[in-house]
Amino acid sequence: MSNIVLQVEDLHTSFFTRMGEVKAVDGVSFFVREGETLGIVGESGCGKTVTGLSILRLLPEPGGQIVGGKIIMEGKNLLELSKKHMRAYRGKMISMILQDPMTSLNPVYPVGDQIGESVRLHQDLPENMVEAEVISALRLLRIPAPEIRMKEYPFQLSGGMRQRAVGAIAMSCRPHLLIADEPTTALDATIQAQYIALFEDIQAKTNVAIIFITHDFGVISRICDRVGVMYAGKIVETAPTRDIFKAPKHPYTSALIHSVPRLDRKDDRLYSIEGQPPSLLFLPAGCRFCPRCTVALDICKEQEPPEVKISENHSVSCWRVK
Amino acid sequence: MAEVLLEALDLVKHYPVTRGLLQRTIGWVRAIDGVSFNIERGKTLSIVGESGAGKTTIAKQILLMESLTSGKIFFEGKDLYKFSNAELKKNYRPKVQSVQQNPWSSMNPRMRVRDIVGEPLFVNTKLLKKDVYKKVGELLDQVGILTDGMNRYPHEFSGGQRQRIAVARALALHPSLLVLDEPVSALDVSIRAQIMNLLKDLQAQYNLSYIVIAHNLATVRYMSHSVAIMYLGQLVEYGDTEEFFERPLHPYTRALISASQLTLPEDAEAGSKQIILTGEMPSPLNPPPGCRFHTRCSEAGDKCSKEIPEMRTVGKQQVKCHHYS
Repeated sequence: MSNIVLQVEDLHTSFFTRMGEVKAVDGVSFFVREGETLGIVGESGCGKTVTGLSILRLLPEPGGQIVGGKIIMEGKNLLELSKKHMRAYRGKMISMILQDPMTSLNPVYPVGDQIGESVRLHQDLPENMVEAEVISALRLLRIPAPEIRMKEYPFQLSGGMRQRAVGAIAMSCRPHLLIADEPTTALDATIQAQYIALFEDIQAKTNVAIIFITHDFGVISRICDRVGVMYAGKIVETAPTRDIFKAPKHPYTSALIHSVPRLDRKDDRLYSIEGQPPSLLFLPAGCRFCPRCTVALDICKEQEPPEVKISENHSVSCWRVK
Repeated sequence: MAEVLLEALDLVKHYPVTRGLLQRTIGWVRAIDGVSFNIERGKTLSIVGESGAGKTTIAKQILLMESLTSGKIFFEGKDLYKFSNAELKKNYRPKVQSVQQNPWSSMNPRMRVRDIVGEPLFVNTKLLKKDVYKKVGELLDQVGILTDGMNRYPHEFSGGQRQRIAVARALALHPSLLVLDEPVSALDVSIRAQIMNLLKDLQAQYNLSYIVIAHNLATVRYMSHSVAIMYLGQLVEYGDTEEFFERPLHPYTRALISASQLTLPEDAEAGSKQIILTGEMPSPLNPPPGCRFHTRCSEAGDKCSKEIPEMRTVGKQQVKCHHYS
């Protein structure tokens, strides 16, 4: 087994609002190994993006706060680092790709300058070497004619190329961990397939660990080795990708998979989960999925289910699973 | 054979590109370039394509939000462009309604739900206010919104509920055709299924026809009876949904299906390899000669870059590709 790059233990992140405490992430634990892709899948508002931002300690302030847990990388708890120390990690050890490339790139600088910024900041290189490093980052992302492209502004690039430029910034310092937050959602289907294939290739070359945050099971099935399913601030099931699709154990996971229409067969009626996710301000007592669950027991209303390990890599939080 | 409700014949829409103080036209964006299809009563046609393929332009033409460069649209057998404005307002516009992609921007945040859903009735009928609100209550009930929600504002509803309200508004005038522009893509996975099921139920109940604009094939097989695939302003494949998914003909269609499918580890081991297209869709300002897809096609030959392929009928499908000549 390869080394564990990042270990998150019992992470709690809350937003303090006038209405009260919003527990966006409420006791999440997972780890990622070198060269592995962990998918985090869930609906909007389930806390998947906040989990990613918490790892980088980039929560919106004021309001967002990590209230408990540990994030361990190279034996150090990132939550105990000073702000200055943490900056050295961002971009160098851990980097992030956001959903919309048009808002994550600065429109008034050429893309080459923006890639160069992280190179200059994190690598002790003489100025004349920076350009070579920028070009190699663009090459890694298979951007054609990198010498020309690096001088172009974001508006001159197509959506797919822009997202590659963002990828080049993220990969420019050869990070150990890449957090990709819905990087393909804004892209077209065929461009999305290109982007995913590109990242598989980059991972094989650089052995980077990837946390892939998405709501799309199609993307999960293609790139992830393991998947964590999030619901209302908690991971309800973690399993290897194949098991998630073949033998989902949590009722939410299986309902979610069944509610995605299939291309390879004709569905007469789509399975749908009634209701909607609970407000994080007023969480139900007991299991959070209980109000929408079709197989809920009496105990589900009263107590939160503990996490049960059903095999080495597969754990579920559900009272039905023993 | 069901009755044809709407027929589009050789639709062309070119937008001028202007430059300078005098707005000199320097070129044309060929948003749609010779598209024909028809919609039967009570059936669903999905128009699928990537961004920039011209899907939304088609929707705009059908809703008569813009005038065509050339082409004809027949509604219930009558040529739309021969209708006077008064006739359109009476006989066409109420019958063709739309639901937009983003339920956060398709409603006026300052209006109450009863006025949003009731607006088509206020504009098009002479009903009294209390009768309109009574009707609104019935409409909301049909789409699964509690009737007391009609006094609230849109921001008090979730995305799925707002989309239900948008559907209620579209149904207010008893239309025969709904143009659904990406009706579920802004919604969460578990909510999408609810809305798709609702749309199917309403279709069965009122014998509605739908035009669904989609970029995601996953919803298409479930929702539609026929599919039209667009690439760079033209249809490349058009036909019956089941045939289409069982035997996709055009190389672009095959790539699109492959890109949208779940790929499990065992599929990969069994050797089913994903088709990954190189490059991106060219600009509609300057489409490539010959077949418009040839720049990205792995099967392109000499002929493809020179001659424009004709739409040919193969079985129950129509396909625009030299490989089927």
